[in-house]
Parts: sequence; C-alpha cells; structure tokens
Amino acid sequence: MAAPVFLDIVDPWVNWDWLSTHIPTVLAALGQHVTLTAIAVAGGLAISLPLGIAANRWTNLHLRPAELAVFGGFYTIPSIALFALLIPYTGLGTVTAEIPLIGYNVLILLRNILVGLDAVPRDVIDAADGMGYRPLARLLRIELPLALPAIFAGLRVATVSTIGIVTITAVIGLGGLGQLIYKGLIESFHTPLVVATVLSILLALVADVALAGVGRLAVPWSRGA
Amino acid sequence: MLRSRESGAWPSRGHEGPEAVAIVESVMRWLADPAHWQGSDGIPTRLAQHLQLSGESVAIGALIALPIGIGLGHFGRFGNLAINISNVGRAVPSFGILVIAFQVFGLGDLPIVIALTALAIPPMVTNSYVALREVDPDVKDAARGMGYRRWAQLLRIELPLAVPLIMAGIRTSAVQVVATAALAALIAGGGLGRYIIDGLAQQDYTKEFAGALLVAVLALATEASLWGVEQLLVPRGIRLLQVPASRQATAFKTA
Repeated sequence: MAAPVFLDIVDPWVNWDWLSTHIPTVLAALGQHVTLTAIAVAGGLAISLPLGIAANRWTNLHLRPAELAVFGGFYTIPSIALFALLIPYTGLGTVTAEIPLIGYNVLILLRNILVGLDAVPRDVIDAADGMGYRPLARLLRIELPLALPAIFAGLRVATVSTIGIVTITAVIGLGGLGQLIYKGLIESFHTPLVVATVLSILLALVADVALAGVGRLAVPWSRGA
Repeated sequence: MLRSRESGAWPSRGHEGPEAVAIVESVMRWLADPAHWQGSDGIPTRLAQHLQLSGESVAIGALIALPIGIGLGHFGRFGNLAINISNVGRAVPSFGILVIAFQVFGLGDLPIVIALTALAIPPMVTNSYVALREVDPDVKDAARGMGYRRWAQLLRIELPLAVPLIMAGIRTSAVQVVATAALAALIAGGGLGRYIIDGLAQQDYTKEFAGALLVAVLALATEASLWGVEQLLVPRGIRLLQVPASRQATAFKTA
C-alpha cells in the first residue's frame, strides 16, 4: 500500500530533538510568563489592598455588591477585547497586557480582602481597642492577620487565572509560554504547542501549591484547626 | 506576533485627546456602515456564529457537568474532586487547548466546540456540587420526616434550594465560553473575534477596535441576561430569605 508521502512524516506530539536544542527558548518564554504574572498579581494586590481597607473601614456592608459590581463589569470583558481596545492608546506591549490582567486581579483580590476583613469579629476589634491599639496598629497586627487566609485564597485564584490568561497576550506580541503556543499554531508544529501548554498548567499548579504553603506558614495560629 | 511593534498605529500617536476622538469617530462610522451589517462577514452573521458556538458548548457542558455536580453534591461523595476540578480547569490555558483541539480535529466548528465545552464544565461541576452541599441538613431531615423519598427530596427540596448557586455556575461558565469563543478566530473559526484578529492582521485598527467593542458588549449582555434569568428562576421562598452576597459562584476566568 503506497501511502501519500506527507503521511510518512508524522509530526510527533513532542519532538525531543527540537526540545533539547531549544531549551533556552523555552526558558526565556517561561521567564517572561513568570514576570508578566508577577506584575499582574503584585499590581492587583497594590490596588485592591488600600481599596479593600478603605471600603471595610468607611462603607456599609450593604454596599459590597455595588462596590464589587464596578470591577465585576471589567472582569466580565474578555481579555482579547480589552487588549484590542487598548492597542490604539498604549500600543503593543507590556502596558497593554498588564492593564487588563491587573484589573481582573483587583476584582478577585478585593472580593477576598473584604470577605476577610468584614469577617473580623466585632468582639476582637473591641478587645484591641480596649488594649489601646491605635487604628493603624490594629489594622496591621489584628485585622489583616485575621484576614490573611481569605487574602491568600484570593491570591491563589488570581495567580492561577493570570497564568492562563497571560498565554493570550501572544496576540499582542508577548505571551510568555503563549509565544510557543502561537508558534505551534502558525507553523502547525506540535512540540512547542504541547510543551508550552503543559508547562503553563504545571506553572499554575506549582504556584497554587506554593502559595497555599506560604499561606499556611503565614498563619501559624490556625494550624491544626 | 501578528505584526512588528514599530509598524504604524493610529495616525497621530502620542496625542491622546484628538486621537481618542478620531478613534471613536472612525469606529462609529465603521459600525454605522450598512456594508458591515450584511453578508458572510457582516455583524449579524458573526454574532450568530458566536452565539451558536457558545450556546452549543454551554449546553453540552451543562448536560455533562450538572448531573455530575448535582450527583456528587447530593450523595456527598468525591468532594475534593468536585472542588479541585475548578482549580485544575483554571490552570488550563484556553489558548493552548483551542490550538491543540485545532491540531487534532482540523478546521471547522468541531475543535472549537470541544475546547469550549471542556472549559465550560469545571465551574458548573464545582458550583452545582457546592450548591447541593450547602442545602441545610435540617431541611433535609425535615423532608425525610415528612415522608419524602430520595428522588422527591432531591427534585422538590434540594434542587429548588440549590438553584441560585447552580445558575450562578452556569452564568460563570457561559460568560467565560463567550469570552473564549472570541479566540476561535485564531484557529480560523467564526464569531465576533474575527474582526479583532483580522483587524490586527490587516492593521485595520478601526475594525479591530469595533470588534473589541462588540465582543465586550456581548460578554456584558450575556452576564446581564443570565443574571436576569437567575432572578426569575430563584424560588420565591429563597428570595424572601435574602441569601447573603457571599454565596457567589467560584471566580473563574479563562480568557
């Protein structure tokens, strides 16, 4: 049976020869992926933490759905649409990539920061006041530590989601591991596609487990509870 | 990379004020142009494709995910599996899954629907599981005491009480599927994402911007309309209970 020639050259899912000679390429993509993710999560935390503290201190619980809805609308808009809307203003590159990513993380983190801070029992706050804590000391040493488990839960969701969405920034010239997925798409070459997808999943799972571990270390008093 | 970074953007870059106005004007002209409202690349066709791809994927996903989540929640088994499926689902890059499906199944709607269905399943499993687990055990005891059999208890007591969170899970899935369907254009699919991807490739930034607006509006409309359906489906008894806002669906974003 004479099979057509092109069927003889089957592209394997992972061509180990290509991979062994392209390890620097893969590592560079992984490095960009980690950087883009770190900026997005750190930026999200830097914005959501003051917002959350202010909302917890000065606004009523009944306003929570309205406050979160402001960022909920932004969260609903697909990343590809936000990238495309930003390109005329911020061009192709990191700024265009990070604005949506940071905005998404603000919603996730704000929601969790408020869940954590709003749940600090009234008795605990009264006790702290009675012991002579000033507002700032009470926030830093009583309220935020008690909210840490909820904040870490938010950080895990934010980090894992961001790692997935970063691949889409390939359409604006970045992408991290998404660059390799894009390469796999335009060249119909399976290896970078599969390697990048698997690495992206592994990166997300490793980050999730690591943050869970750090979160546990950060609240030693709740261990064994 | 679809085009090099230094190639021209909008005519007058760097002048935010007039430039912003120029963009809005040209996008409005594009959207108002009757030529963009007819034919195989017209907005109605692209919208129909987008809704069809998303609708099929959410429907197939719901048929698979809801029985699993409701079953696991009702019997209280494999809770870790039900919860962790969302964590793992979140870790899967939608772009990678779409391209892999494209390489396996080739051109057409099939790879898109398969990839979108896979993305639609996790939030629906997790949220329907949690919805059933959160039904007050006292209520279940009372139902049993009143003589409800297992199926009657599930259908007439547990499911109505679980409706808000189950619906929130479906809404979360649907919004993500609509968002991810915009990426289908990258693997030669249809839908509104075509304008974004074609606009970028052709350096037609008016088309790209108009497409982004359409995709954003569609995602927001999906969220709003499913939220409306949710309100209609919530049994009156639960609405009177004023379920707290903390009973939100697990956050899930893939695109």
